[in-house]
Amino acid sequence: MPETAHPIPAAVAALVPRLREICGGDGVLTDASRRRVYDTDGITHHREVPGVVVLPTTAAQVAAVVGLCAGSGVPFVPRGAGTGLSGGALPHPEGVLLATSRMRRIVEVDPDNECAVVEPGVTNLDVSRAAAPYGYYYAPDPSSQQVCSVGGNVAENSGGAHCLKYGFTVNHVRGLDVVTPDGVLTRLGGKAPDSPGHDLIGAFIGSEGTLGIATRVTVGLTRLPERTVTLLSAFTSMDAGGRAVSDVIAAGVLPSAIEMMDALAIEAAEAAVACDYPAGAAAVLIVELDGPAAEVRSQVAEVTRLCAAAGAFETRTAADADERSRIWKGRKSAFAAVGRISPSYIVQDGVVPRTALPEVLRRIDELSRESGIRVANVFHAGDGNLHPLVLFDDGEPGAGERAEAVSGAILDLCVEHGGSLTGEHGVGVDKACKMPRMYSPDDLATFDLFRGALDPRGIANPYKLLPTPRLCGEVPGVRTGVHPLVESGEAEQF
Amino acid sequence: MGRQGTEGVRAGGPRDAVCGVVPARTARPRDTEELAGLLAEADRRGWSVAARGGGTGLDWGGRPPAVDLLVDTRGLVRIDHDAGDLVAEVGAGTPVSELTAVLAAAGQRLSADPVRAGGTVGGMLATGLSGPRRLLTGALRDLVIGMTVVRPDGVAARSGGRVVKNVAGYDLAKLHVGGYGALGVIASAAFRLHPLPPALRLVELPLPSLAHAERRLALLRAGGAVPAAVDLDWPARGRSRLRVVLEGTPAGVDARAAEVVASLGGGLPAEEVRVSGELPPDWGLLPAGGTLVRLSVPPADAPAAAALAAELGGAAGTGARTTGSARAGALVTAFPPGADAGAVSAVLEGLRSRPGWSATVLRAEPHLHDAGIDLWGEVPGLEMMRAVKRAMDPGHRMAPGRFVTDTPHTRREERP
Ligand SMILES: Cc1cc2nc3c(=O)[nH]c(=O)nc-3n(C[C@H](O)[C@H](O)[C@H](O)COP(=O)(O)OP(=O)(O)OC[C@H]3O[C@@H](n4cnc5c(N)ncnc54)[C@H](O)[C@@H]3O)c2cc1C
Repeated sequence: MPETAHPIPAAVAALVPRLREICGGDGVLTDASRRRVYDTDGITHHREVPGVVVLPTTAAQVAAVVGLCAGSGVPFVPRGAGTGLSGGALPHPEGVLLATSRMRRIVEVDPDNECAVVEPGVTNLDVSRAAAPYGYYYAPDPSSQQVCSVGGNVAENSGGAHCLKYGFTVNHVRGLDVVTPDGVLTRLGGKAPDSPGHDLIGAFIGSEGTLGIATRVTVGLTRLPERTVTLLSAFTSMDAGGRAVSDVIAAGVLPSAIEMMDALAIEAAEAAVACDYPAGAAAVLIVELDGPAAEVRSQVAEVTRLCAAAGAFETRTAADADERSRIWKGRKSAFAAVGRISPSYIVQDGVVPRTALPEVLRRIDELSRESGIRVANVFHAGDGNLHPLVLFDDGEPGAGERAEAVSGAILDLCVEHGGSLTGEHGVGVDKACKMPRMYSPDDLATFDLFRGALDPRGIANPYKLLPTPRLCGEVPGVRTGVHPLVESGEAEQF
Repeated sequence: MGRQGTEGVRAGGPRDAVCGVVPARTARPRDTEELAGLLAEADRRGWSVAARGGGTGLDWGGRPPAVDLLVDTRGLVRIDHDAGDLVAEVGAGTPVSELTAVLAAAGQRLSADPVRAGGTVGGMLATGLSGPRRLLTGALRDLVIGMTVVRPDGVAARSGGRVVKNVAGYDLAKLHVGGYGALGVIASAAFRLHPLPPALRLVELPLPSLAHAERRLALLRAGGAVPAAVDLDWPARGRSRLRVVLEGTPAGVDARAAEVVASLGGGLPAEEVRVSGELPPDWGLLPAGGTLVRLSVPPADAPAAAALAAELGGAAGTGARTTGSARAGALVTAFPPGADAGAVSAVLEGLRSRPGWSATVLRAEPHLHDAGIDLWGEVPGLEMMRAVKRAMDPGHRMAPGRFVTDTPHTRREERP
């Protein structure tokens, strides 16, 4: 595309000299070809070339850039690693994209206070790596953890397969430095818990870049468990697998993870990585138990017994890291593997109450049969977080639309059953227009009151998170093939 | 508009007093809709509004100049328990003890220790404090998954939902937990629950000195026992003690308790290290009288903070006993009833001078309010909180004077 395809809008161009003074010449990208690199996040069908990209290295620079935006009314969009799956970091064509990729310092690991202080661009996994020598790790573990940033985790309140027991980002952050949309840098909390006054840290987490930019994060660290055991249980029906999940939870056992795959997902995983799951399984459960050795021993026995009682025809137990990773291999490869059995697919993210799982899975199956669109189910069963993969052939006319309809109907099912539009991928641009399905106009207006309190000019990541007339007409998400991060081996998707 | 205007409104009495201030009137809505109607009416009339539950925390927070309407939430009683999902949605006026009993009958619990006896769920949320058992499942704020709040203009709005995993929309409940009703009246909340653990062990041991306490806590951090609570009790005088709570299976907690005893009990006479199978009835409860201060410190500073509170109190001529979660750094310093305002101020000032520590007064005795004591100290983010207050309660009618966004003590922001 010629350079002129994306000229810098005049309001943004006017800021460039000041931006160069603030961030240095190499910290401001104006070339259309270099700006285009940032045109999308993890959902690649939303694309916008940012007006300008800035790469600050300090909180003071972030504050100065945001202050400049505030003074001129130019919008800004924060960006971490760009792995978000709801278009939260989708640039504004007439705004500043502020990427934290040069703020990657681990300021401190403080084992005595069981915390670490990091800059927002530090990757999630690097926190755990830095903590490991002290016997600690950072518990929230999104499967993008090798690449996604702690700042992005804060903005999305990210969790991972193990959030069933250990919670999400919000349960682990003790301190935040934030630059609010007026360009003011404020330190909230620190190494001490329960900062006085309103819990602004809690309210900022999950705000998807609409309340400002986190420039420093103090995260609590968790002691590495003494023992971890992973079980793989195979069932002849999804119902039986679902029953096992309910029985485990009802028995008072809290596994660190319970993951489930259906026959189609297993087929894809077998085709891709030959994970060698028990032949004939219509459903597999992966249950991970961790904690003091004395507790894990009896929990393993209990879960094995409950799975057998629910109809498991085989249960494997893995106690060392090698065996464990063999069990996880099929699960972790499932999303990418689906690319092998279908040219295109949509990854949905919805939540249902755990007890509604069997009913909702049956309804998804019906939807699939009625529409002729295949749906593979791979999900966090312990907390009812579904990730149905809606498969279609983008070469076939109308298939994309039909897949989209099925994907949307699945979300409706989630909300109808008392669940949520999103368990971990966030609202962003992708689901902003769906928010009225879950919240009343009064609920949404109240969200907006809060947003407006901290961003009265509406310049912080506009058109994200809440529905706006401008936005709510666009076609929601389709992905073709394997996610580039998965393909390059930088991320696992599960 | 809701069903109720001002019908059912009666004159306030001394038992409704908020920090000694008797409200002009009180009303007891029976559901969220009535509550909304009532607040809409208050909005039209320009009334200042405070809320009460069990009345156990009416003397917490700042003293209001006046209260035109006290909303009695005790008509908002409802427990909607989905045992299979480990979730309960609860009306604000529901007594905590009733919730505990209903959940226990299903083998479940809300995993936060109440700090006051006789309170309601709404009161517990609005004051925001929970006890020492917070290391595995988090504090009260971590257990709220959804909330319905009636705004100052009478609009009922929900955030979150009834599922544990949910990132749709802002988590506004965080603003209301510990928010003293300054942004609206909590009508109901949905909680994430946990199964009651089959077994519990309480290991209790004395801490003869500060060095001893620090050493014991470091050993605990290094060990693999994974306690649910590490509770410090540091009296004004005499020996301090540490209580470690382990929850799990019967065999598991025995093995873990033995590990804790072996690791921490070194050098102590065997009879001074006690292991028991249950918590005492007053577990987590704060003293019913006297001034209380919430003391938050980096966890490794917890013993030093408790010791300093006792020392400063001693120097100022008052006792100061500090208890709470040493592992989290979440402590409460309690003064004996009648403690002198000057002495309390001296202790507060000493504690607040340490970097990274905060000390806020939870409950001040009337003579402390009379003396105009600074309840909050420096509050980081106060300007952001004020902006939220202006947007959500532009008339400044909610919980007047009760919360930090509405006090005469304006402190500077901490700038990184
Ligand atoms: C293969 C794959 C697997 C994934 N697996 C998981 C998973 O298991 N669990 C899960 O929860 N998510 C998962 N995700 C989604 C994504 O990785 C997370 O949402 C992650 O937290 C985003 O981090 P990021 O640094 O890439 O943020 P970005 O995508 O750059 O930004 C995400 C949002 O955060 C805002 N933002 C970024 N930095 C800041 C900051 N410093 N301050 C304020 N706002 C900021 C942006 O404006 C945007 O709204 C996955 C994504 C991929 C591609």
